[in-house]
Amino acid sequence: MADMKVKIAGVEFSNPIITASGTYGFGKEYSNFFSLSELGGISCKGITLEERQGNPPPRIAETPSGILNSVGLQNPGVDYFIEHDLPWLKTQDTVIIANIAGRTMEDYCTVAKKLDATNVDMIELNISCPNVKAGGVAFGVTPQGVEEITTAVRAATKKPLIVKLTPNTADISQTAKAAENAGADAVSLINTLTGMKIDINTRRPVLRNNTGGLSGAAVLPVAVRMVWQAANAVKIPVIGMGGICRWQDAVELMLAGACALQIGTANFTDAYTPIKVRDGLEKYLDDNGYASVGDIVGKVEVWE
Amino acid sequence: MIQGIFPVVKAGTQNDNCFEITFKAPDMAKEAKVGQFVHILCDGKTLRRPISICRIDKAEGTLRIVFEKRGEGTAWLSKCKEGDELDILGPLGNGFPLCDTNKNVLVVGGGIGVPPLLGIADFAADGCDAVLGFRDRDHLCLIDDFKSVAGNVFVMTDDGSFGEKGFVTERVRALVSEKAYDAVYACGPSPMLKAVSALAAEKGIDCYISLEERMGCGIGACLVCACKIKTADGEKYLHVCKDGPVFKASEVIW
Ligand SMILES: Cc1cc2nc3c(=O)[nH]c(=O)nc-3n(C[C@H](O)[C@H](O)[C@H](O)COP(=O)(O)OP(=O)(O)OC[C@H]3O[C@@H](n4cnc5c(N)ncnc54)[C@H](O)[C@@H]3O)c2cc1C
Ligand SMILES: Cc1cc2nc3c(=O)[nH]c(=O)nc-3n(C[C@H](O)[C@H](O)[C@H](O)COP(=O)(O)O)c2cc1C
Ligand code: FES
Repeated sequence: MADMKVKIAGVEFSNPIITASGTYGFGKEYSNFFSLSELGGISCKGITLEERQGNPPPRIAETPSGILNSVGLQNPGVDYFIEHDLPWLKTQDTVIIANIAGRTMEDYCTVAKKLDATNVDMIELNISCPNVKAGGVAFGVTPQGVEEITTAVRAATKKPLIVKLTPNTADISQTAKAAENAGADAVSLINTLTGMKIDINTRRPVLRNNTGGLSGAAVLPVAVRMVWQAANAVKIPVIGMGGICRWQDAVELMLAGACALQIGTANFTDAYTPIKVRDGLEKYLDDNGYASVGDIVGKVEVWE
Repeated sequence: MIQGIFPVVKAGTQNDNCFEITFKAPDMAKEAKVGQFVHILCDGKTLRRPISICRIDKAEGTLRIVFEKRGEGTAWLSKCKEGDELDILGPLGNGFPLCDTNKNVLVVGGGIGVPPLLGIADFAADGCDAVLGFRDRDHLCLIDDFKSVAGNVFVMTDDGSFGEKGFVTERVRALVSEKAYDAVYACGPSPMLKAVSALAAEKGIDCYISLEERMGCGIGACLVCACKIKTADGEKYLHVCKDGPVFKASEVIW
């Protein structure tokens, strides 16, 4: 049996499978299906300083092999999260990652400081949510923006810091490097790609927000390419996500350079996806004689 | 709440565009309440399709759904036959609050909003009154089922090709004036729900309505199925899959 444990910024995960922010709430609903301790970790719904109501509905549309969403960061605010959700999550015997977002640099830093005083395991900086006007996208698209916000939040917390990168950028290796230079312990990618769907009968966009973030199987090849580029650009660990539905997708992202993985949209199709991917990955390692899951990370053999 | 693969024990049609499936899922049937829904995986789709539970047979361990063919998902579902297997997640959401003291109950259904109300007719102690509205005689569904369990069944069609001509609201206005109902339950298109809610409010009758919104997870984790509701803390986006699909009509913000 291959060793499935991974360590990122000193935090040990029982396996590399983490559920992706925004698709898994604060874990409670999905704990109906299996013990959350089966997961390597949970990245919680993005939280902001104040409670946010999010965008008007419809907030979701199905597209070829994927979905568009425009939730717009609906969340109860960091204080509520710390008081009501975090204590329960911390009893679940899995790594708890707080995903944070904000309108301004000060917002991010205040949220990070508040979390610094809790027992949350890690902080994931969402600088890439495409749904909120000026709510992060300005920081995430340029290397300067990434460096600025990462430096500020780094100074606000001692917690292991993951910077979540947006694919809506010119050169992912540059934004990954900017995060590393500014003190990030890891980067995670990809967040959603901005997209749009139009109802041809009403001539209206299906989403009330007009545009939304694309995720699901459709984005997997983009994620594989970007994880590969980012992993080649930085020394810090890369957490890969985007379109993982089957264990084969997980193996691809690890070969491209991801040392851990997040699964989002596929949970909607099948609540047992994280377990199936984890078990399939383990069998692949065993069948191919790998002793540890780390042995396949970045082992793609690219053509000269 | 269970996700699993369940066998179809009966499949049929209500009209040219309306289909029904009964599947065997004893544990789900045991848990299920009137007004809840199931989330069904349709071939090749990323998102499951939400469909209300129309009837619960706890003894047989079966659930029945009745649905219209709308797009690709329901088109695929309409081709299911007895013996096929379906990947279903459920039961989900909160059902209609039903209490035995509701002696005089009125259910109001419009089009494909009719199926989830059949369970209320099953439950009502002294039989309930039902007002069911359809576009025309080619779009009727579940008339015989309602006639076998409800007290009075009023069928309305927009063009008068079956039953009474007119909208359900006209019949509802007359009924709530004549009879002291303890509760009104409604499901159907928004304009109908809005009108029925207003009529019930005028008479001070408790009114519960079942809402629809596009869904992702179906269990309250992804927050996509938002609907605006009056709460103690002001107007909030609650979620149809977890806080609904049934809401108190007076709390819904249209
Ligand atoms: C709680 C609830 C209960 C429902 N109960 C019934 C029922 O008992 N019988 C019935 O015929 N229909 C019911 N519906 C509507 C049914 O879910 C849609 O008709 C169905 O999802 C359409 O899928 P499609 O692939 O055929 O259509 P498409 O238009 O191709 O679907 C595209 C996407 O939009 C979503 N969508 C489209 N229309 C609706 C809608 N009205 N509500 C929510 N999502 C929608 C689909 O789920 C899918 O994700 C219910 C909806 C909800 C929310
Ligand atoms: C409904 C929904 C809500 C999301 N909310 C967040 C969020 O709050 N913060 C964040 O960093 N990413 C959010 N994401 C992005 C996912 O975490 C993930 O990066 C993306 O969906 C790609 O992975 P997937 O294809 O496995 O879903 C959201 C995605 C979806 C589908
Ligand atoms: S569909 Fe995910 S919260 Fe309602």
